[in-house]
Amino acid sequence: MNQGRIVRVSGPLVVAEGMEGAKMFDVVRVSDQRLIGEIIELREDRASIQVYENTAGLGVGEPVESTGEPLSVELGPGLMGSIYDGIQRPLDAIKAVSGDVISRGIEVPGLTREKKWDFKPKAKKGDKVGPGDVLGEVQETTLVNHMIMVPPDIEGEIVEIKSGEFTVEENIVKIKTEDGVQELNMIQRWPVRETRPVKKNLAPDAPMVTGQRVIDALFPVGKGGTACVPGPFGSGKTVIQHQLAKWADADIIVYVGCGERGNEMTDVLLEFPELEDPRSGEPLMKRTVLIANTSNMPVAAREASVYTGITIAEYFRDMGYSVALMADSTSRWAESMREISGRLEEMPGEEGYPAYLGTRIAEFYERAGKAICIGSDDREGALTAVGAVSPPGGDLSDPVVQSTLRVVKVFWSLEAELAYSRHFPAISWLRSYSLYTDDLEDYYIENFGESWIQMRERARTILQEEDDLNEIVRLVGIDALSPENRLIMETAKSIREDFLHQNAFHEVDTYTSFEKQFKILDLIMHLHDRSVECLQSGKSIEDLLELDVKEEIARAKFTPEEQLDSFEQIKSNIIAQTETS
Amino acid sequence: MSMIKEYQTVSEVAGPLMLVEKVEEVKFEELVEIELPGGEIRHGKVLEVNQDKALVQLFEGARGVSTSGSRVRFLGRGVELPVSEDILGRVFDGQGRPIDDGPEILPEKRLDINGEPLNPFARDYPSEFIQTGISCIDGLNTLVRGQKLPIFSGSGLPHSKMAVQIARQAKVLGTQESFAVVFAAMGITFEESEYFISDFRETGAIDRAVLFMNLADDPAIERIATPRMALTAAEYLAFEKGMHVLAILTDMTSYCEALREVSAARKEIPGRRGYPGYMYTDLASIYERAGKIMDKPGSITQIPILTMPEDDKTHPIPDLTGYITEGQVILSRPMHRKGIYPPVDAPESLSRLKDKGIGEGKTRKDHADTFNQLYDAYTKGLAARELEVILGEAALSQTDKMFYRFAEAFEQEYIKQDEYENRSIEETLDLGWKLLSALPVTELKRIDSEFLEEFLPKFKEENTEEETS
Repeated sequence: MNQGRIVRVSGPLVVAEGMEGAKMFDVVRVSDQRLIGEIIELREDRASIQVYENTAGLGVGEPVESTGEPLSVELGPGLMGSIYDGIQRPLDAIKAVSGDVISRGIEVPGLTREKKWDFKPKAKKGDKVGPGDVLGEVQETTLVNHMIMVPPDIEGEIVEIKSGEFTVEENIVKIKTEDGVQELNMIQRWPVRETRPVKKNLAPDAPMVTGQRVIDALFPVGKGGTACVPGPFGSGKTVIQHQLAKWADADIIVYVGCGERGNEMTDVLLEFPELEDPRSGEPLMKRTVLIANTSNMPVAAREASVYTGITIAEYFRDMGYSVALMADSTSRWAESMREISGRLEEMPGEEGYPAYLGTRIAEFYERAGKAICIGSDDREGALTAVGAVSPPGGDLSDPVVQSTLRVVKVFWSLEAELAYSRHFPAISWLRSYSLYTDDLEDYYIENFGESWIQMRERARTILQEEDDLNEIVRLVGIDALSPENRLIMETAKSIREDFLHQNAFHEVDTYTSFEKQFKILDLIMHLHDRSVECLQSGKSIEDLLELDVKEEIARAKFTPEEQLDSFEQIKSNIIAQTETS
Repeated sequence: MSMIKEYQTVSEVAGPLMLVEKVEEVKFEELVEIELPGGEIRHGKVLEVNQDKALVQLFEGARGVSTSGSRVRFLGRGVELPVSEDILGRVFDGQGRPIDDGPEILPEKRLDINGEPLNPFARDYPSEFIQTGISCIDGLNTLVRGQKLPIFSGSGLPHSKMAVQIARQAKVLGTQESFAVVFAAMGITFEESEYFISDFRETGAIDRAVLFMNLADDPAIERIATPRMALTAAEYLAFEKGMHVLAILTDMTSYCEALREVSAARKEIPGRRGYPGYMYTDLASIYERAGKIMDKPGSITQIPILTMPEDDKTHPIPDLTGYITEGQVILSRPMHRKGIYPPVDAPESLSRLKDKGIGEGKTRKDHADTFNQLYDAYTKGLAARELEVILGEAALSQTDKMFYRFAEAFEQEYIKQDEYENRSIEETLDLGWKLLSALPVTELKRIDSEFLEEFLPKFKEENTEEETS
């Protein structure tokens, strides 16, 4: 391969001369330390390179060598439970080489080479196979059955297929293609900036149940949908992302910690192996892939981390799984683009961000979706993408927020005011929206009946009315309200405090099944309806505000899932107390 | 190692930057020594190399540097700090040179001040409760070992007093280990730095402190190296000598201004308010140097202090800091005017790591619940107070009045304390119960009924006794 030499070093940007024949986005090795970089601009034989490692100590004249390949990830058994840096180097392997800190020039493969996997063929000799067809399976973890698929660019007839224990590098199948016989092992390499193909995109038609009441009940995200969580610091973005990673009913979780705190990633690392998946009882780590490029790790690798994450997510989607990807935070990703763009001296767009910011964000979210995967069995997979956004000062006019809102369909707006009063999750019930509620209507009707949708809409109306009434209360005090309006205020308070408020650190409250959500809201609305009747029959509002059953409703969310029968008792208490009062 | 070459090819000096031409084999981030015509030695580091030109950042500023006659030497290494255990008890300037009339440090080793990023896989999650004896920190914004918890202050607010109190009182319950203190002053006044030093001296903390002083009249650009010097010393003490280090960095605002000065001199495209677009990354390279390492005894707990320009929390410096650090303690001017010390704005302050540092075996099992309830009641009280300002007291409902009184009591009894008052965590938690017991049980929704039964009656009784007596 051709070799150039460095002529300029400026932070993470290195310019090299003598790079004839190099292609855009080729991976290069910089200096004798063989630091990893990627070509991001070419002018004649000069290549601008973003380097994924610290460039201190580099100087003019040092060699730069192109590998001729774009930045790619390794896909195959061994991904599950791994924790990678932004360019898919396993952090545990890095630790084994360089100790507690991340030194430079470390080369470790993304997938372990030692481990042998039990490959069970699903196809047989003589089968005609095409892109995406399942050749066989590997039980990667207790939760994940890893399908070994024909890569997207191969088609032909199986002339040999093995069975038994193999490492990822050992060949397991021979396929006769038009260009001759190809031997395949279990690794697929895929360039991270390229979308993996699907057969057909579909619209989401089922919600991703997250166990978070405000999300599932009011602002659901469909399986295969996109959502964003913008909010100022301290408003709980990361806790929401962690909660989704823990409790979302997805088969696979890919969590990208992009430019965030080291301790937070450590928290995930230590906690996930301990936590049980509520459905299977297995450790959550067995269905999770983590990408951790913390804020003090090199900025260019931060730019790549989001792509590394979504490529891995797409690969599992291709197997027909429902995959959820969390990216925390996409603002740091955008900032790394800005930093590199600034060093390239490109003409800036808004706030110094490159003019192509919106395009990049849109491209990223478009890689999510529900789809019929490639492969002849027409399996369906879904990739849900949730991105946190950290706008400066919580200002939603920030270009990253605005570019994101143009493409995502769910907006969970975090509000500092709610966070200050420790109302978590601090998702505003007035400003947030979900554009999936219509798409998911059939699902709800089928599973919970019409009543759920009605109840949800009524709850939203009451919250909206409370907001209007608050204006009046602020001017003239609460006593000026009519009894009916006082009741609305009271019910709204109950919806906020007893339903929407959820404690992520409480053993029971951290996850609420859909059934339980339905039942809690039903209790609140039931009391409301009974109270309305009481008012009409001449009871005083003061008596209604003092009902003992209110405390029972407030504690309903702490009722363990297996004791939901006790809600019947609360319901009969509501009836009893609204009769006697 | 080739011989160090000397150049007399300075072609430009502008602001804190100097351009040297016709250089060979200069490395990015290399340390530079400049000998002025009068023999004085200055230092700098390479910011960029482009062909045969090197752009150098001058730590001591450009005064006296000329394009002719200055001799420039590239030293073939990055900026380093010589360390040994003898650095304890010593005072250095912002570039790590002793200024306390003591001897030079005989280095055990020289460490690059930029450090290397800790592998998240090697980190240990901070979870050991540090008792500071200050209720609004211990009870509400609990600090744990290995955390970075900044104080967002404003000019004229008592942030130094608070930092000193933390340094004086901080301890981990049930252990005898003491903290070593690493103190980095950036652009603060002589008086302010003297306040810290004299307190360290009085309490004897000076013997286990390392001080790096870049005062207001010291070269501004030198400040860019100062926190890195301090944290290199902290890492050495913590991870090689097994000490628990409390690193106080003040004032980060001066640091960021120095960063902006360099960026402006390089004619970089500015981000918000003229600060460079890479300020987040730069600040992260400082703040992230806190924490604990798996299977190693030491730790670094960071308390950076910054003054918010115009008390504006959305200013880029506090804003970016808040996104990196694990919470923030915000000081409020209205509270300060009311005569409350420490004037902490409780609703806006936050410790992100508290959840794993509190509870049974760490503080007490009721901590999390009472904490949530106190916050809830206090914010309701603040809302009632706002209402009272607009409508007058008469317009408040009974409930509003109750929370209004709660908020007053909370500020006067819970938040307010003396600068030398060292409250145990038990005292702090009991104080919380005492205040909460004035509210009806139906309002205590955030507390588990088990704790209500166990703790509340005791305080209820005390309350009624007080009322009847």
